[in-house]
Amino acid sequence: MIKLGVPSKGRLMDKTFQWFAARGITLRKAGSERDYAGVVEGIEGVELVLLSAGEIPRELAAGRLHLGVTGSDLVREKVVFWETRLPVMAELGFGGADLVIAVPQLWVDVDTLDDLDAVCAAFRRRHGFRLRIATKYHRLVRDFLQAQGVADYQLVDSQGATEGTVKYETAEAIADITSTGETLRANGLKVLTGGLIHASQATLFRSRAAEWTQADRALRHEIEARLGI
Amino acid sequence: MIDSAAKAAARAEAARLVAHFRATGAVPVEAAILQSADTLLDLYGEDIRARAYVTADPQRGEMMLRPDFTVPVVQMHMDSGADPARYTYAGEVFRRQEVNETRPNEFLQVGFEVFDGRAPALADAEVYATIAAALDGLGLRAATGDIGILLAAVGGLRTTEARRAALVRHLWRPRRFRALLDRFAARVPPAPSRVALLAAADPLADAGPEIGLRSRTEVAARIATLRADALAPPISEEEVGMLDALLALRETAPHVLDALRDMEVDMPAIGPAIARLSERLDAMAARGVDVEALPFEASYGRTSMEYYDGFVFGFYADSRPDLPPVATGGRYDALTRLLGQGREVPAVGGVIRPELVVSLREGAQ
Repeated sequence: MIKLGVPSKGRLMDKTFQWFAARGITLRKAGSERDYAGVVEGIEGVELVLLSAGEIPRELAAGRLHLGVTGSDLVREKVVFWETRLPVMAELGFGGADLVIAVPQLWVDVDTLDDLDAVCAAFRRRHGFRLRIATKYHRLVRDFLQAQGVADYQLVDSQGATEGTVKYETAEAIADITSTGETLRANGLKVLTGGLIHASQATLFRSRAAEWTQADRALRHEIEARLGI
Repeated sequence: MIDSAAKAAARAEAARLVAHFRATGAVPVEAAILQSADTLLDLYGEDIRARAYVTADPQRGEMMLRPDFTVPVVQMHMDSGADPARYTYAGEVFRRQEVNETRPNEFLQVGFEVFDGRAPALADAEVYATIAAALDGLGLRAATGDIGILLAAVGGLRTTEARRAALVRHLWRPRRFRALLDRFAARVPPAPSRVALLAAADPLADAGPEIGLRSRTEVAARIATLRADALAPPISEEEVGMLDALLALRETAPHVLDALRDMEVDMPAIGPAIARLSERLDAMAARGVDVEALPFEASYGRTSMEYYDGFVFGFYADSRPDLPPVATGGRYDALTRLLGQGREVPAVGGVIRPELVVSLREGAQ
């Protein structure tokens, strides 16, 4: 039996269901809208597990799911060595969102990471603490800024309404997911050139940690053939 | 899981090393395992979160499992006011391994630190020779360098103070250092956004709402700085070439010294740093180090050793390229300046990893 994890609600769930349906595999909720039990039709031996998109990376890494659909940003953020532990089976082409660094539009002098770094140094001299960047993507942002050689900043945790942190002076800049940039603009922010940390999309991952019996592997090949991947 | 026999062997080796350092007059000291995260973050920046374990205490806030002993030993020394002083310590350090999961996340370090400002070259030589003697017989390859020479070369560039300061700030981040140097030397064109900003009559005319702690005045001040910088002539190709030649130096120490003396003709600013290197090599020779064969790399210590600002060294097992350096060390006067709130105590020291020593001995048998 192969366990397939799919986000339990919203557009991500609907689009995933559509993506599989277009390839002859029907995924749906068993009963009412509030029921998280899932049903799979069109292929035998696959169990649908509906759970939060944010928990799918962890469940895949632990091997409690064989396959799972979630945002590539979440896997990169939450799973160390994700490339080897959770190979990508297919990029599904929806759920696109960019993890970007954004700063106040007022900062007309800041457009590149070079500028951001220089401002970090000046800000620390003037205010006595490191410039704060609000985010929930700590690992991705830190790795990115380290690779780019940006120093004298600090990450502050923000699990929601991150665009508002600058206005409320709990951060000077943010690193967050955006699809159109509309919310950023509405909050007086702009995206840095070269500040794209990751272009995320819904992705089907395979767990290497899960137990794959002979039958499971055969079933996986059948799924791959059906999905055309 | 820890192998008890291996741990016992490492502890015995650590005890041997501590005794070795005590025999030279070092006083044994202890350091807390839980360190204030704020202090380490302010010194090393967010990058340290990728290397150190962070935990939280409801009263004290974020704490880190000590990633090394340098900071607590410097703090202890600054508080004690003893001068000169020699210390040794042994204990576990903790490192997250996000890049190479095969490397241990908990291992012993035995250190030897000398706080003595009277004769820095002698102290450098003492630390190097004492650590080399402790590792005698393991067949290790030494690597040495001197960040002080790089700092002097950057400090002597014929350009603005702001540019020199920016380069020094990123001396330990070679990629950003290179990007800055290319820009200051006009090797790369300025970003289009920069050109537009400088051309604008009133760049703040269409600025967005005034939000956040960084004020409109600060933005205006930086624009003024950028305008001044745009008027400054680029760093000459000749100077960039000399800096590149300096960074690429990699030879035995006496050859490097000769090459540096040639470079000094065009870069007089490095003169005092070369004199220190020469003095140090003499002091090392006097302690029995084979200076003629001693490798020297001008760029050594630029990527892994933040806050080392003078002599730097490491010992490597060429037979085991999978292992990290068995010992590393160097001079860190700048760190004492940052932690000393105005006071600065010249300091040089190094650490040995007993587990690696044990593993090399076992491999040799």
